[in-house]
Amino acid sequence: MGNGSSLLLSGIGGQGLVQNEVTFGVNGFLRYRFLGQEVWLTTTHICMFIVMLVLIVFALIANRVIRKADPEKAPGPFLNVIELLVETVDNLTKTNMGEKHGLKFSNYIGTIFAFILLANISGLFGLRPPTADYGVTLGLALITFVLIHYNGFKHQKMAHITNLFKPALLTPINIIGEIATPLSMSLRLFGNVVSGTVMMGLIYGLLGKIALIWPSVLHAYFDLFSGAIQTYVFSLLTMVFISNNFEE
Amino acid sequence: MTDRGLILACSAIGAGLALIAGIGPGVGQGIAAGHGASAVGRNPGARGTIMSTMLLGQAVAETTGLYGFVVALILLYANPLIGKL
Repeated sequence: MGNGSSLLLSGIGGQGLVQNEVTFGVNGFLRYRFLGQEVWLTTTHICMFIVMLVLIVFALIANRVIRKADPEKAPGPFLNVIELLVETVDNLTKTNMGEKHGLKFSNYIGTIFAFILLANISGLFGLRPPTADYGVTLGLALITFVLIHYNGFKHQKMAHITNLFKPALLTPINIIGEIATPLSMSLRLFGNVVSGTVMMGLIYGLLGKIALIWPSVLHAYFDLFSGAIQTYVFSLLTMVFISNNFEE
Repeated sequence: MTDRGLILACSAIGAGLALIAGIGPGVGQGIAAGHGASAVGRNPGARGTIMSTMLLGQAVAETTGLYGFVVALILLYANPLIGKL
């Protein structure tokens, strides 16, 4: 693995024309050996740890507030916000996956929604978004892949397999389509986030001192708007693909 | 010109050509946005549903363009051809 563990975008440095260094790649900080392999601790790990820390602290505070809440009094502002978030996720899963199965998945959908949203907009706070590393998005998509087929077998039994051969002529296309699902989901999220990261890196690297205040407009587009849309799309596609297996 | 230089130069040209893939999603997203706008004009009450459907369709249509982008990134920064020298 080594510094190339980032798969893409490692070891990019501006040379020649560029005075400032253009940095938007994954940097390795600490090298160590794990099970005989050379592994790097990269920016992705650190930024993801920060995102996780924020989420965990938020969850702990929310847990405390909910536990201490008095059901007879009106909820405070923080509790109101938590209730709003939970109700939004519940409604999202109910409308997209049906009343019967929807609520079972609101935990998972809420988790990936919070994680991807925070990871995408972490570019605003000077971090390198963890979702701009293909390892992270492929992992997320593989979880979805496992969930899709677990629910397929659970609800359709063996018909889940035999459906692949339904029009016998289309068997190879069906199989490729199943494999392409996690690939396209992960590449979509990765490509969107990394394109924003590359553009911001180029603007800051190439323009240097001219890039003073106006790049904040681009931050609002690439990090906030694009990140929020891709979060929504990822969780919506997860819900759609899982609920496709519900009806026989 | 060395072999390595030739591969690097051709990879840069290839990365530029790969981004021609951006034409398709642009046209597709424009069509989706146009139809979304006319749907909102016909039925302003269903604005929320139309918006989310349109955004989902656009995001899926964007995928092919992103494939081109990923190919360009691989050619520039993780070139598999240099290892074949």
